[in-house]
Amino acid sequence: MFTESVLSLFGWFSVRSLRRSAALPLAAAVLCSPAAAAVFSPKTFTLDNGLRVVVIENHRAPAVMQMVWYRVGAADEEPGESGLAHFLEHLLFKGTKTVAPGEFSRVVARIGGRDNAFTSYDYTAYYQTVAAHELETVMKLEADRMQNLALTDKVVLPERDVVLEERRSRTDNSPAAQLREQVRRSLYLNHPYGRPVIGWMSEIQALKTGNALAFYRKHYAPNNAMLIVAGDVTEEKVRELAERYYGPIPRQEVLDRVRPKEPPQRAARTVTLRSERVSLPSWSRVYLAPSYSNGERQRSYAMEVLAQVLGGGSTSFLYRRLVVERGIASGAAAWYSGDALDYGEFGLHVTPKAGGSVIEIEAAVTEELQRALKEGFSAEDIARAKKVMTAEAIYARDGLRAGPNAIGQAFATGLTIEDVEQWPERISAVSAEQVMEAAKSVLDERQSVTSYLLPEDRK
Amino acid sequence: MIAVRMRRTVRATLVAVAAFAALAAPAAAADIRPLVTPGGIKVWFVHDKSVPLIAVSFAFKGAGAATDPAGREGLAEMTASLLDEGAGDLDSQAFQRASEDIAVRISFDAGTDNFLGRMTTIATERDRAFELYRLALTQPRFDAEPIERVRAQTLAGLKQEAENPSAIGRKLWRNTVFSHHPYARPASGTEASIQNISREDLVGFVADRFGRDRLMVGVVGDIAEDELVQRIDALFGALPAKTKSFKVPEIAPQGAGKTIIVRKPIPQSLMSFGHAGIKRDDPDWYAAYLVTRILGGGGLSSRLYEEVREKRGLAYSVYAYLNPMDHSAVIGGGTATQNARAGESLEVIRSEWRKMAEKGITEDELRYAKAYANGSFPLRLGSSRELADMLVGIQLSDLGIDYIDKRPQLIDAVTLEQANRVAGRLFRADDLTVVVVGDPKGIVETK
Repeated sequence: MFTESVLSLFGWFSVRSLRRSAALPLAAAVLCSPAAAAVFSPKTFTLDNGLRVVVIENHRAPAVMQMVWYRVGAADEEPGESGLAHFLEHLLFKGTKTVAPGEFSRVVARIGGRDNAFTSYDYTAYYQTVAAHELETVMKLEADRMQNLALTDKVVLPERDVVLEERRSRTDNSPAAQLREQVRRSLYLNHPYGRPVIGWMSEIQALKTGNALAFYRKHYAPNNAMLIVAGDVTEEKVRELAERYYGPIPRQEVLDRVRPKEPPQRAARTVTLRSERVSLPSWSRVYLAPSYSNGERQRSYAMEVLAQVLGGGSTSFLYRRLVVERGIASGAAAWYSGDALDYGEFGLHVTPKAGGSVIEIEAAVTEELQRALKEGFSAEDIARAKKVMTAEAIYARDGLRAGPNAIGQAFATGLTIEDVEQWPERISAVSAEQVMEAAKSVLDERQSVTSYLLPEDRK
Repeated sequence: MIAVRMRRTVRATLVAVAAFAALAAPAAAADIRPLVTPGGIKVWFVHDKSVPLIAVSFAFKGAGAATDPAGREGLAEMTASLLDEGAGDLDSQAFQRASEDIAVRISFDAGTDNFLGRMTTIATERDRAFELYRLALTQPRFDAEPIERVRAQTLAGLKQEAENPSAIGRKLWRNTVFSHHPYARPASGTEASIQNISREDLVGFVADRFGRDRLMVGVVGDIAEDELVQRIDALFGALPAKTKSFKVPEIAPQGAGKTIIVRKPIPQSLMSFGHAGIKRDDPDWYAAYLVTRILGGGGLSSRLYEEVREKRGLAYSVYAYLNPMDHSAVIGGGTATQNARAGESLEVIRSEWRKMAEKGITEDELRYAKAYANGSFPLRLGSSRELADMLVGIQLSDLGIDYIDKRPQLIDAVTLEQANRVAGRLFRADDLTVVVVGDPKGIVETK
């Protein structure tokens, strides 16, 4: 919810749509009642070169969305090269052996389509939405840049400046964003999730054309990717086009993603950022948590429900206690982000009322968490939380974006399509005891970073 | 049941307009039915069973933040925040719980000109969903607890905005361009005005503005037509037939040629720029829309994108837009550049602005802009939620029920000659009102 871990080539669209999934990982994806069997009902096949293909038919409007997901992201960079995965994402728009720099997006615009891309720790994804009869045009272009990227300093260097401006816009202009970056660095003692996806300023400045091309050759291959097509199209048509355009791309050796692990975390950390540009203080805490793919899977479902019941909306426990009843905060939220290959995060964010102090807030949060752990949540509260979450799945079917996003993210973070399709059922199955177990296991201060965003002059 | 059951086929033959047939995407497959309920309420409806959802959007025309009384700025927004914080017999928590129990999504929004509402529900929960929506709209409680809570949240938000460079820039730009007009006033209010707002103000806002004379409704989803008209009557029927009238004067944008700098210790200079634009009902609207798209339209290709971002690496984001309002119109834009190169960025933007007026656009640019406009439009209508909003938007701008059909022809009818004449009229580089927040080098403030 409050992370900026997903970056896109061009601002608003994907970042906004993905911010939701950052908060409720598969939730942007999910489905309804336990009885309903499937969410997106995708069809799947694999080409001989290892490219996995997913088709989500939706004949409501004559439009299609093509997405290609690569299993590579910021956590796969070498130390000292932070920002490379995201920089390369920008450079994929800079031409191939046969397509001029910028031509990709110009062609998409000329056929009335929209395109963009985004990068996170575990994945990089590219997508276009076009009229259904233009699918072939964008498939041809996307397949081309899977293997034929051609870069020169002439286009790479101005783009590096663009990324530096992106970093200034997203992070350096904003004390809150600067603090989030420092918090990540403190939360991860050893794992590369601690670095910013966009990269550190000095390291972005040092990235060269050669670094980008080497990273591209190492990670961009059909057997390290998933193609997803959603919309007014049939499986047969996608198969025919995919075989024609993606089929000839040779498979190549791709290394397993083995990243440094976190040592046992033994000390609660606090991070404070004071700035004259902060006028309203805020308090946050983020706990290291298991992810869906690295941890006891059942725990992750329980943690989703915990986040919802604890701080997922205006009837949630923390909002009710801190904002409505005690009236000391203007906002209170909890979130769980489990859609990652290696580690998840569980977070709390509370903003005091104007004039209030974070010290008072911290004491109140501590007290309320203890109370929640002691008293538990009512069956009605848990049922309501599950209802809201599972209903996301029905809402997610309104439009083309949610399916490819959820399935692609699952693929890149070690989950299966079945995990996406069954998410609502598994959420429905979470019991009150499991929610409490999850709370007890994750709310361990020794594995957390508490952060204070403060005005310059006082605490 | 249904007084009017006029059917329109929107799957028309828009591609017939020759030359760009191959480039144009097919029309949105939307069959818009203009219904009139037994109670006399007009509803535009698209019956769509592809998803088990019902999306309802509505507007009270001319009941937006521009009608906030002086000294009560922020009233429209506060009302919007409070409608679902307790209604009928349900207090705030009870109302929110009831909404979550059926996972209905209810929201209200105060625009500058209009007051907007949205409700989306899972079709099987529609009984309760329509009932909750009706309560929020017609029997909001405005209890003390939620009023004070929302007041505190608004004040906290204002405090946060006070140090947010883009909010500072937008506010000052609006202030400069709209001077003493209501459009200049902050929609979320000021600390003093928010403190002043009372329960009577909130009750009065609703009583004076929520009425059937201002109402426009769009519905998309999985519900039968005869059932829908009954539900619409139940939903809006209790509203007064006539409401008070509010006079918002016309205003021609002010501050032409001004450059204002707000010094802040941040690494970038955030720029807002613009001047008088063109109204939605102007006969030159489509030409203006296309030339603005060519200069700085969204997406990954435009002249500004090319010159500022691609060639020079000056910014991550740069854009231009048209903003037609009921009582004024502006063309504006924005970007953010490192302080040291802020002057260079602004120069490039000014020079592109000037070039549009003096040299115009090419035949190819026009052709591609049309292809984009026609191809991308249906992509914006792919969900029930988006389509319901569009149905209301079309009514607010009075574009006609066949607008989705007609639009490609309106776009395609723009000639190069017209586009260049309109560019000459629209883009006035020397008139740009520029607000810069940051520590820019190479930009001189005007006095």
